[in-house]
Amino acid sequence: MNRRIALVAVMIVAIAGCQREQRNFDETPSGATAIKSLRMSEVIPGAPDQPPHVVNPDENNAYALSEGKRLFTWYNCTGCHAEGGGGSGPALMDDVWIYGSDPANVFATIVQGRPNGMPAFGGRIPEKEVWELVAYVRSMSGKASKTAAPSRNDSIQAKPSENRVDPQPTTPYGTPQPPS
Amino acid sequence: MSTPALPGSSDVFADPARDARDAPLPEESVGLWGFLTTIDHKRIGLRFIVTAFGFFVLAGILALLMRLQLAVPENGLIGPDRYNQIFTTHGTTMMFIFAVPIMAALGVYLVPLMLGTRNIAFPRMIAYAYWLYLFGGLMLYTAFVLDVGPDAGWFSYVPLAGPQYGVGKRSDFWAQLITFTEVSGLLVTVSIITTVFKLRAPGMTIERIPLFVWAQLVTMFMTMFAMPAVMVASTALILDRLVGTHFFNYAEGGDALLWQHLFWFFGHPEVYMIFVPGLGVVSAIVPVFARRPQFGYPAMVVSLIATAFLSFGLWVHHMFATALPDVGKVLFTAASMAIAIPTAVQLFCWTVTLWTGKTVLRTPLWFVLGFFFILVLGGLTGIMVSSVPLDLQLHDTYFVVAHLHYVLIGGAVFPLFAGFHYWFPKVTGRMMDEQLGRWTFWLMFIGFNVAFFPMHILGLEGMPRRVYTYSAAMGWGALNMTATVGAIVLGFGILLFAVNVARSLRYGALAGANPWQADTLEWWYSSPPAFGNTHRIPVITSRTPLWTPGGIAGEVRGLSRSPPETLVTSGLEAHPDHRVAMPTPTIWPLISAIATTVLFIGSIFTPWAVVWGSIPVAIALTIWFWPTRAEARRHRALEKSP
Amino acid sequence: MSRARSIAAVVALASSSRALAVPLQDALDPAGPQAQHLVALWDLMLAMSTVVFVLLVGAAWIAVLRRTRREIETPDLAHSEQEHRRLTRIVSAAVIVSALGLAALVIATIATDRALAGLPLQDALHIELTGHQWWWEASYDNADPSKVFTTANEIHIPVGRPVIFSLKADDVIHSLWVPNLHGKKDLIPGRVATHTIRADRPGIYRGQCAEFCGYQHAWMGLLVVADPPDQYAKWEAHQRETVSTPSDPTAAAGQHVFESGTCAMCHAVQGTTANGRHGPDLTHVASRMTLAAVTLDNTPANLAAWIEDPARIKPGTNMPGNNLPPADMGALLAYLATLK
Repeated sequence: MNRRIALVAVMIVAIAGCQREQRNFDETPSGATAIKSLRMSEVIPGAPDQPPHVVNPDENNAYALSEGKRLFTWYNCTGCHAEGGGGSGPALMDDVWIYGSDPANVFATIVQGRPNGMPAFGGRIPEKEVWELVAYVRSMSGKASKTAAPSRNDSIQAKPSENRVDPQPTTPYGTPQPPS
Repeated sequence: MSTPALPGSSDVFADPARDARDAPLPEESVGLWGFLTTIDHKRIGLRFIVTAFGFFVLAGILALLMRLQLAVPENGLIGPDRYNQIFTTHGTTMMFIFAVPIMAALGVYLVPLMLGTRNIAFPRMIAYAYWLYLFGGLMLYTAFVLDVGPDAGWFSYVPLAGPQYGVGKRSDFWAQLITFTEVSGLLVTVSIITTVFKLRAPGMTIERIPLFVWAQLVTMFMTMFAMPAVMVASTALILDRLVGTHFFNYAEGGDALLWQHLFWFFGHPEVYMIFVPGLGVVSAIVPVFARRPQFGYPAMVVSLIATAFLSFGLWVHHMFATALPDVGKVLFTAASMAIAIPTAVQLFCWTVTLWTGKTVLRTPLWFVLGFFFILVLGGLTGIMVSSVPLDLQLHDTYFVVAHLHYVLIGGAVFPLFAGFHYWFPKVTGRMMDEQLGRWTFWLMFIGFNVAFFPMHILGLEGMPRRVYTYSAAMGWGALNMTATVGAIVLGFGILLFAVNVARSLRYGALAGANPWQADTLEWWYSSPPAFGNTHRIPVITSRTPLWTPGGIAGEVRGLSRSPPETLVTSGLEAHPDHRVAMPTPTIWPLISAIATTVLFIGSIFTPWAVVWGSIPVAIALTIWFWPTRAEARRHRALEKSP
Repeated sequence: MSRARSIAAVVALASSSRALAVPLQDALDPAGPQAQHLVALWDLMLAMSTVVFVLLVGAAWIAVLRRTRREIETPDLAHSEQEHRRLTRIVSAAVIVSALGLAALVIATIATDRALAGLPLQDALHIELTGHQWWWEASYDNADPSKVFTTANEIHIPVGRPVIFSLKADDVIHSLWVPNLHGKKDLIPGRVATHTIRADRPGIYRGQCAEFCGYQHAWMGLLVVADPPDQYAKWEAHQRETVSTPSDPTAAAGQHVFESGTCAMCHAVQGTTANGRHGPDLTHVASRMTLAAVTLDNTPANLAAWIEDPARIKPGTNMPGNNLPPADMGALLAYLATLK
């Protein structure tokens, strides 16, 4: 009995490790068509949709998170959001999520754009890369596991790295937010 | 318990009464508990050797996988991610888990026997070092199987292995493997150096120490000074990755080249840590099979010491392609060429010994012949790459792959196999099959040369290292296929060796104490030497005690068997100094090693593991060293008043 | 021998989709003074090494094999003082000869180093080469900033004129190595290295990254094309030209796809609104011989396959896949074909 428990424990650790370390180079099937047309901001008429609960396959994958970190600079998110502290765009490392912090919410935000200046990246960033960015953006407020979250970059240090950020509380979409 | 002597050999020292005296102690128990608690250097040394050989086979299988992938251009057998893990694990295993430890393990087994003493110094520490080494190696392979094996090369250059580009925990496992093997290696160092200086048989002055032991001593000193550099480097790497320090971050004042300096300051002496014990093995075998004492003993000793010193002045030759100042680099060319001179002295002295001797060709001497051929070729290509401008063409190409395998396999693996065939009778009491041994040699020799010689040409034709495939248009296909075929033949040779070992363990001809009629002290003891570290201590008067008439002038009497005692002698002249109590079998080295393993592996994931993980380690070590009243009473009972 | 090998390989592999009809990398086929000096040093070392090998290994093997005994005989402990002295003299002589040989090689090394450093650098071309994972960015410097231009993976240099490379790395350590022209030099992040070459005969010289840099280290090649000076001047002038919207409607639609889709996020085409700096500059991509850092021949089929799923050709590459509808892909390809 004890041996079986130990075996199961080892397998759980092993599989968790496997998932964290897998490098998925191939395109993943999107399954995100539904999310793209969600109505989530006041600009679009009609009642807001309840986003489907989607588990981002990249959520705790170290490679995807590091790719998200790379793309955050490459696609110039830093131009408005800086390194997460915000500038002309809101801060991404705090616990204030205007449009919700669920993966589906963040995906829709990136793809649809938002009022007050968030461009719609729908046709400009392929879906796999958007999911990587979703995972990374969530990790900026500590939502990725510490072992998978990226460490510091080889650049000037602007903030503690994502693997040293304590998790901020998640905010479901629809929670009243203080004005930004 | 006496072993019948091999027909035709003379076992001058067969003595049934002695064998009865050397019966195992009651404390040296058998079974699983005995296995886990033993402090007999022979048992620990043997398991060290077997474990290292196991890792050698694993790394060899990885090498065969690489060769299969590279046999044809644009092969789809292994993708880049897996291939990177494979070559990193192959290199890391061979360098850290096989080559250095197996040479140290040979020392753990043979040095006390060659010095005529009862046990190695600090045997419990050796036991702890073994468990730590085993757990580190297992950690690496578990990581490899779980897709979290290190993938940045065995040298783990930053920034590729750094926090930004070394994604996930892979390079952290590499860095902690370093910690495991370096701690283990440093502990063995302390033991062997102490043994060589303080535990020799009376009369074994510094000029009578066998050359094998000199090689081990010199290697242990090199280890002591080189390993801290890589420990610092790997610690800084883990800190950068886990905690966010900036040792290697140029944007915040660090430097990627710092890694290279730290690593190669260790890395270059490391290859000599692998090579020098091999020289010691050759020095043990050549005189025996030439039937005359080694020519030029003082020159040989000075050469070993000179090699060790010089090896610390070469490390920049791994960095010739970087933007370091050219004048500085040329100094390292001069030093790298200069180190060829002590090795040349050794080669000339061996050649003279063989030329003026009455050589008898047995498997160990065949492997020494292979050593000459392969090592000299490797050394000459080494002189080529040691030249800064020429190295700019050859660095990081298959030419260097060829060079390094020629010197490591020629300079370490072939002597190692010579040593296996030579000392197998001593360790097991049986002879290996001579016919199979010859087949093993020729398969290994031919397979090796067919595998690695074409790589010189591939390097000159522009094939870089660490590539998972290459374009069909490059024209490298034929030579790569040849290399793969050679590698498979080499693999068969090693397989044949394993078959020979297995067969000989059961059916080998019984060997007496000294089947080769050799000259050094380990052949004075029975084959295998008595269990339990209570064998007798000789008084010697010659460098070749078993050849010189009167070389063994007598035996030390009066040492207690239970509790076991051994004799400490003075450093240079080996005058008897005092008796020291030896430890008894204990489980605490194993438990301490488990606690240390938890600390090391935990600190891959969180810095808090260093804090919390220290507590079990401290507790285990405290219990280990805590003196008990019973022990103190027993030791006091042994004291004799004047 | 190397010339024949090149021809044979080119002929034999013309059918392979990845076959590249370019000469092979060969350190022993020097096309410039730097590589020439290195070949001279190699020849010297090879000759000396062969002699030493034959003598030393011959002596050792003969020593063992010449008078072997069948049985283990009693050891011979009596060695006269005279014999010992004779042998000591022989070994000492051998050691002295070895040391002199090594000293000669040190001198040859220094001489070669000085020859390499002595390349005359008047009227040199300055190229700033930045290594990325897994491609080469080349920026041709000029005193007049408006004449600076950027290209990728295929650089042209004039025959007979020295070239000074400033080597930088954007991410990890890479190494520039074009064996026919010179030895290698590492590109280390945070440092600028300098490397000087000169091509003395026209040709296409393939190079490859020589420091392990990640997943696609194996496919990080570059081409150095040595053109006669007038041909080079034409190429250089052409590289400075920007492009304008093509007249063909399909190609014009392709430009729209390029600018409004994923391409412009990372790539630049001078003369359009696409100004991404993370991927290779594509202003003159159609005039290059190869794609993806000398991995594929520059053909429409290869280009389409690369754009659609780069990870299938170079797993781990930083370029994302682009699942374009066939019409868009056709237009894009037509546009890219106009970027000569």
